[in-house]
Amino acid sequence: MSALLSLRGVTKRFGGLVAVNAMDFDVAEHQVLGLIGPNGSGKSTTLNLISGAFPVSSGSISLRGQPITQLPAQDITRRGIARTFQLVRLLPSMTVLDNVKAGAVFGHRRRWGREAETIAEAMLEKTGLSGRGHMMVGQLTYIDTKRVELARVLAGEPRVVLLDEWLAGLNPTELQEGIRLIRSLRDDGRTIILVEHVMDAIRSLCDRCVVMAAGTKIAEGTPTEVLSDATVIRAYLGDDDA
Amino acid sequence: MSRLSARDWRNLVLVAMALGVTACLPWTAGAYMLSIGVTIAMYTVLATSWSLFSGPTHYISLATAAFFGVGTYVTGIGIQYLPYWTLLPIAGIIGAVMAALVGLATLRLSGVYFVIFTLGLAEFVRQIITWGQNISGTKGIYVLTSIGETHIYWQLLGLAALVWLLGWLIGRSRLGFALRIIGDDEAVARHSGIDTARAKILLFMVPGAVAAITGAILAPRYVYIEPSLAFSPMLSFQVVIMALLGGTGRLWGPLVGVIPFTFLWEAISVSFPNQTTLLLGVCFLVIVYLLPKGFVGLIDAAKKRMGAEGYA
Repeated sequence: MSALLSLRGVTKRFGGLVAVNAMDFDVAEHQVLGLIGPNGSGKSTTLNLISGAFPVSSGSISLRGQPITQLPAQDITRRGIARTFQLVRLLPSMTVLDNVKAGAVFGHRRRWGREAETIAEAMLEKTGLSGRGHMMVGQLTYIDTKRVELARVLAGEPRVVLLDEWLAGLNPTELQEGIRLIRSLRDDGRTIILVEHVMDAIRSLCDRCVVMAAGTKIAEGTPTEVLSDATVIRAYLGDDDA
Repeated sequence: MSRLSARDWRNLVLVAMALGVTACLPWTAGAYMLSIGVTIAMYTVLATSWSLFSGPTHYISLATAAFFGVGTYVTGIGIQYLPYWTLLPIAGIIGAVMAALVGLATLRLSGVYFVIFTLGLAEFVRQIITWGQNISGTKGIYVLTSIGETHIYWQLLGLAALVWLLGWLIGRSRLGFALRIIGDDEAVARHSGIDTARAKILLFMVPGAVAAITGAILAPRYVYIEPSLAFSPMLSFQVVIMALLGGTGRLWGPLVGVIPFTFLWEAISVSFPNQTTLLLGVCFLVIVYLLPKGFVGLIDAAKKRMGAEGYA
């Protein structure tokens, strides 16, 4: 399977701190890749580098073989990589529908007018927000704000979806709903990179996992392989969790 | 762009009728009221175009005086060589180019740097022109034309109509939607695929061009222009105060601030000629603390309380 997204030697330095060190991995089309590791291991920084939030210090990132390493965030989004944020970021002065429309109008596949609204409404339905398009985002529950953010990402019809701890902070019932929603995206053939701490989600959703510790890749493989890897257990999971 | 609804047509007809009625002012009012009419029209144009950019993006521009002053000098200098009517588009182009250059230099930075830069810009241009006049030995420029108060008033009304039309079109466009998103969260805007710097620069050119054209139209009214008059920082602050007093959330919001503030300012200027700056500051504080969303916010809140439907 050929790589849709590739990282080669990607490094990010903040002054003397090396937050991400020579990261290499590929993501194939329709694959769900889990990016896991303890807090501060550089997972979210890696997503920020892929999405163009931070410039890469060295190394290269390519999408379908085309380099995107030094592109600004908006160009990366237009080329088909869209993301959610670790702390949900919505547009507070707008309705739920307009929040989602932002993705449809300016994302990878750009639409306008009724066409954009149709896509936005379809994504609201997809994420379980049917009938709430008229609401202001401040009126929503926590999981629904996450759904809106995800719907905005999907509305641009990206090639790669980056989910930064999308399941964090959900109660057990919401967590199961969230996992079902992401599974439905996988079933639709979406390519997803998932930064996550919830091991149930990793096991049930990911085709492959990359494990990071202190900014470096320490393991890569299927969830079963990496979660039984001795290095991973020592660095991250603890002996009992494996 | 979507088709016009019945409400759009109704609003367009109402605005056209209102403009038609106000255009009759020179025939129905005396010289003093016409002078007030010119002032209201001038500030309506400036405050409305200001709020087209600063309203959605929340970037507070204090550069109005810089563009306005350049416009007055375009007429002041150009009237000796070119017909008056050709000077207005020239002023607009110069204002737009200046705004684009300022935007390129500052709009990638955070809002605070932008505010300080725009405040400094008017002073910078004023100092350059003062320096140029000192070199040439002149103190100011006489703008002697046959253009009277009535024609100035009609030109400003026409410009106001253009600004409203432009604002209405922008509000229905991708650019308008992009600016609302930028105003809410610039990082989200970028990650949604919006070239935020380009969008901001494009829209910042509108108040730049409009303020320069307004200055060019107003120059004959002053007869004699000099840097301290043309680039008065007071103008920039007044425009901000009027726009905020009315409210930037609606296209007609600034007009609702301009009318009462113009009369208030007249009263202050007559009764307290030595305390105008102090009272301007007090007005600003009162608006920020008591009317953060301007009269538009009050009207919206009242409508909400009454359970009325939303309106454009």
